[in-house]
Amino acid sequence: MIERLGFWPRFARSPTALFGLVILAAIVVLAIVGPFLYAADPWAMATTPFQWPGDDPTHPLGSDNAGRDVLAGLIHGARVSLTIGVVAASAAVFIGVVVGAVAGYFRGVVDDLLMRFTEVFQTIPHFLLVIVLVALLQPSTPIICGAIAIVSWPPVARLVRGQFLTLRQRAFVESCVVIGMSAPRIIFTQILPNCIAPIIVTGSIMVASAILIEAGLSFLGLGDPNSMSWGAMIGFGRQSLRTAWYLAAIPGLAIQLTVLAISFVSEGLNDALNPRLG
Amino acid sequence: MGRFLLRRLAQALLVLVLIACTNFLIVNAAPGDMVDVMAGESGAADAAYLAALREKYSLDKPLPVRLGRYLGALATLDLGHSFRHNESVVALILSRFPATLLLMFSALGIALVGGVVLGVAAARRPGSLRDSVISVVALLGYSTPLFWFGLMLTVLMSVKLGLLPSSGMSTIGEDFGTLGNAVDVGKHLLMPAVTLALFYISTYTRLMRASMLEISGMDFARTAKAKGLNERQVAYRHVLRNAILPLVSLFGVQLGAVLGGSVVVEVVFGWPGLGTLAFDALFQRDYNLLMGILFLSSVLVVLVNLGVDLLYSVLDPRIEVGR
Repeated sequence: MIERLGFWPRFARSPTALFGLVILAAIVVLAIVGPFLYAADPWAMATTPFQWPGDDPTHPLGSDNAGRDVLAGLIHGARVSLTIGVVAASAAVFIGVVVGAVAGYFRGVVDDLLMRFTEVFQTIPHFLLVIVLVALLQPSTPIICGAIAIVSWPPVARLVRGQFLTLRQRAFVESCVVIGMSAPRIIFTQILPNCIAPIIVTGSIMVASAILIEAGLSFLGLGDPNSMSWGAMIGFGRQSLRTAWYLAAIPGLAIQLTVLAISFVSEGLNDALNPRLG
Repeated sequence: MGRFLLRRLAQALLVLVLIACTNFLIVNAAPGDMVDVMAGESGAADAAYLAALREKYSLDKPLPVRLGRYLGALATLDLGHSFRHNESVVALILSRFPATLLLMFSALGIALVGGVVLGVAAARRPGSLRDSVISVVALLGYSTPLFWFGLMLTVLMSVKLGLLPSSGMSTIGEDFGTLGNAVDVGKHLLMPAVTLALFYISTYTRLMRASMLEISGMDFARTAKAKGLNERQVAYRHVLRNAILPLVSLFGVQLGAVLGGSVVVEVVFGWPGLGTLAFDALFQRDYNLLMGILFLSSVLVVLVNLGVDLLYSVLDPRIEVGR
C-alpha cells in the first residue's frame, strides 16, 4: 500500500496555498483585534479631509472627503466582508447540500423537480437577482447574506447530487437500508461524510465570490447603510476620483488581496483533498 | 435530432415559466406595492383614489388570479408599463439593448482571444515559470472587483494620460461622419469592454490550459508527434482545435454572469445600456421595469444556452446531446 501523506504536508507543499493562508490569517486577525488596537470610529470626522496616505502619521492611510479615517474604514470593512462572505457561503452550502442530497438520494420525480428548480436559479443572472432582492427587501446585512446565498447554492446542489447518485449505489448504503436506517440518517450520517472534501473546496471559493458580490452591491449603494464596507468606501471615493484616487484604490486592493488569498487557499485545499489530481 | 430539439425546447419553456413565477413571487414578497410607491411620490392620496388605482392595475385581485394574468401578459411579451418613463417596458429595454450587446460581445471577444492565447502559452510549458506567472495573473484577474478595475483604468487612461473618454458611448453634440463616429464609439467602448473582459479572460485562460493539457495527452496528439510533426504544429493544428470546444459551452453558462457584470461596468462608465437602465429603475423604484429587465435577461440566457447546445452538436457530432 502506498503511504499517503497527511493533509497538512500535502497542503503545505504548495507555496501559493501557504502564502494565501498567511495573508488570510493576517486579515482575519486584523478584522478581530484591529478595532481594539486602532481605536478609531470609521464614521467619525477624525481629521481634515483629503489627507493623502503618509501625510499625517496619526492617520497612516489618510482621510476621505468627510475627514473619515481610511485605515479605520479598512479595518471595519474587513469585518463586514469576512462576515458576509462566510455567512452567505455557509447558507449557500447548507441549501445546496439539502437540495442536492434529497435529489440524489431519492432520484426519480423528486430529482427531476429539484433539478428544474436548480436550473431556474442558475439561469437568472445572479447579480441582477441579488440587486432586485436587496432593493425590494431593504438593504441589511441578513438580507444581503440571504440574497447572495440564494444565487450561490446551485453549484453545490449539483455537486452533492452527483456524489449522492454514485454513492447511493454502494454496498454500504444498501446495507444501511436493509438494517432499517431512516433516510435522513443515511443521508447525513452515512453518505454526506463521504463527500465532505469537494463541498469544502466549493464552499471556500464561494466565500470569495460572496465577498465580490457584496463589494459590488455596496459600491452601487445597496450595502447595509450602517456598516462601513470596502465596496461602499470605493463608492464614496469615486466621487473624488480625479483628485484623490487613493480613496478608491486602497479598499479595492484590500478586496483583491482578500479574494486572492482565499482563492489560493481553496486551490491548496483542492490539491490536498483530491490527491488524484495532484 | 427533431425529438431532441422538442425535448430541449419543452425544458427551456418550463424553466422560463418557473422563472416568471419566481419573479412574480419576489415582487409580491416585497412590502408595499406599486400604488404605495406612487402615493408616496405624490405626498398624499385619499383611500378611494388608491383603491381605484389598485383596481386599475388589478392589484385588488387574489394572488393566483394576478399570477395567471402576469403569465398571460408575459406570453404576449407584454412586460407592463414603466410609469417613470411613461413608456412600455419592452420598448425601453429594446432601445437600450444594442448598447449592452455591443459591450458584451466586445468583452467576450477580448476575453476569448486573450484566454486562448494565455491558456495555450501556459499549456505549452506546464510547470514552467511562464505557466506559473500566467496562472497567478489569471487568479489575480478573477480576484479583482470589475468596478474597481474600471475606476483605476479611468484614473490611468483618462485622468493621468488623457487618452480615452471616461464615460458615455459617444461624444455629445459632435458628428465626425460615419467612420469618425464609429471610431468615436470605439474609443468610448475600449475601457468598459476591457474591464468587463477581465474576469472572463481569467476563466477562459484556466479552462483553455486544462483543456489543452487534457487533449495533448490523447492518442491522436501522440500520433501526430510520432509521425514527426514539430511541437508547434501539433499544438496549433491538432490540439488547439479540439481544446477550444469547452469554451463554447462556457460561453452559454457565463452569459448570465456577463449580464450581471455589465451592470456595474455600465454604471462606472456611464454606458447607456440595460445595466444603467436597471440601476436607474432601482433607485426610482420602477419595479415593472426592473422585473422586465430581470425576466428578459433570463430569457436571453435560456435562448443562448439552447443555441450553444445545438451549436455544440454541430461542432462535435460525437456528442450525444439527448443525454
